[in-house]
Amino acid sequence: MKLKSWKELPEGAIIPGAPNSGEFKTGDWRTQKPVIDFDKCTHCHLCWLYCPDTSVLTKNGKITGFDYDHCKGCGICAEVCPPRIKAITMVKEEI
Amino acid sequence: MEKDKFIKMALTGNEAYAYAMKQINPDVVAAYPITPATEIVQIFSKYVADGLVDTEFVPVESEHSAMSACVGASVAGARVMTGTASQGLALMHEILYIAAGLRLPIVMAVVNRALSAPINIHGDQSDTMGSRDAGWIQIYTENADEAYHSVIMAIKIAESVNLPAMVMLDGFIISHEMEVVNTLPDEEVKKFIGERKPLYNLFDFQNPITVGPLDLQDYYFEHKRQQMEAMFNAKKVIPEITKEYNDTFGTNIPAFVEPYKLEDAEYAIVAMSSAAGTMKEIIDEWRSKGEKVGLLRLRITRPFPYEEIRKYLAGIKAVGIMDRAETHSTMGGPMLQEIKAALYDLANRPRITGFVFGLGGRDFDDEQANTILTMVKEMKDGKELPLYSFIGVRE
Repeated sequence: MKLKSWKELPEGAIIPGAPNSGEFKTGDWRTQKPVIDFDKCTHCHLCWLYCPDTSVLTKNGKITGFDYDHCKGCGICAEVCPPRIKAITMVKEEI
Repeated sequence: MEKDKFIKMALTGNEAYAYAMKQINPDVVAAYPITPATEIVQIFSKYVADGLVDTEFVPVESEHSAMSACVGASVAGARVMTGTASQGLALMHEILYIAAGLRLPIVMAVVNRALSAPINIHGDQSDTMGSRDAGWIQIYTENADEAYHSVIMAIKIAESVNLPAMVMLDGFIISHEMEVVNTLPDEEVKKFIGERKPLYNLFDFQNPITVGPLDLQDYYFEHKRQQMEAMFNAKKVIPEITKEYNDTFGTNIPAFVEPYKLEDAEYAIVAMSSAAGTMKEIIDEWRSKGEKVGLLRLRITRPFPYEEIRKYLAGIKAVGIMDRAETHSTMGGPMLQEIKAALYDLANRPRITGFVFGLGGRDFDDEQANTILTMVKEMKDGKELPLYSFIGVRE
């Protein structure tokens, strides 16, 4: 992406067109990623509720996976998944 | 406006400033009291209590909060003013840069006062000289009348380029002494300043924006370059707005500098604020004795008027530059250094020496003025002088 010159940028260091934090991809900050086993998942949505980056995806009441463009790999989802279910495991991110 | 429409009022500098604020009728004033600037916001708060202005007055718990509240209100599109001095300005220091960087045309009265320690409440310019690189337009006024007109002009200047501006008056010497001030009718002030047209508005909910985000290696430099462009533009806009003001109201306020008896001067003094008024009197005496001496009063220091300084000081044999502040660099006061830099590549640059005087509000009197003139005259005649001297201090 070609960055804008000082003559092209809006003045006052503002960012127009909010909200736009979704454009900032934070997925590559990750050292480990969550992987879900849908044979175990009960779709209780605790992971969805606790995810600090709204990176657990859901559709029609069912968990469908993760937004790896924004998931930072913090592991909270795996931690809050109920002990008798343990559908989410954290695996090392391969480079 | 017809020239006889001035309403003559007997006002102190602080009263004149507060009266100008009343006529400007800003949307928000956030302030914390500090001697000798207290009266400005104290008088203004009375205007608020009496319902004479529409301003939201925010009495905050510190100057850091005062400037922060000003920034918040200005980001939301409001016309914002405040006032402070000395330690108050020092406490605001961090937020001064934010106001400038976010391009907010806040206008602030600064009543010049010495900085601690030792603690002192009287007038010198160490406070605002310490803020000279904060990105604010800096206007130093010579008397209460000029302070009154300058603050009205400052609103229009600041809002034209979207930079904050501070208008200075010397602590006690100007702030607390009563003078005749030629005030304008309310409607004339209102007409002259018009409405603020902000660069952006946080309260425009149809067009949401983010203000003050993290700005790293890939964008910060471009935003600072924009800010500098605004200061370059201020150099163009300031003479235009000053001329418009003078033409409209029949005043005679100089823009960046005021040349005084410089046409045929062989040697000259550069001074600022109230000391320039004193120096003019003494120069008149020397002129009456046939001495070819003049004065350049420096009125605006940010943006720095190097072209004007070069224009007026080129070819003069010797110049003495007066600073009511120290830089503690051992190289003299701030204006000595900046004016020297401005003149360096002139082929016919004058010989220059500096004078630090009046610290902590020590009176600048005729004896000191005569000493300065004598020394600069001797330099004109070939005598070597030190880089700079202290005037009026007990040796």
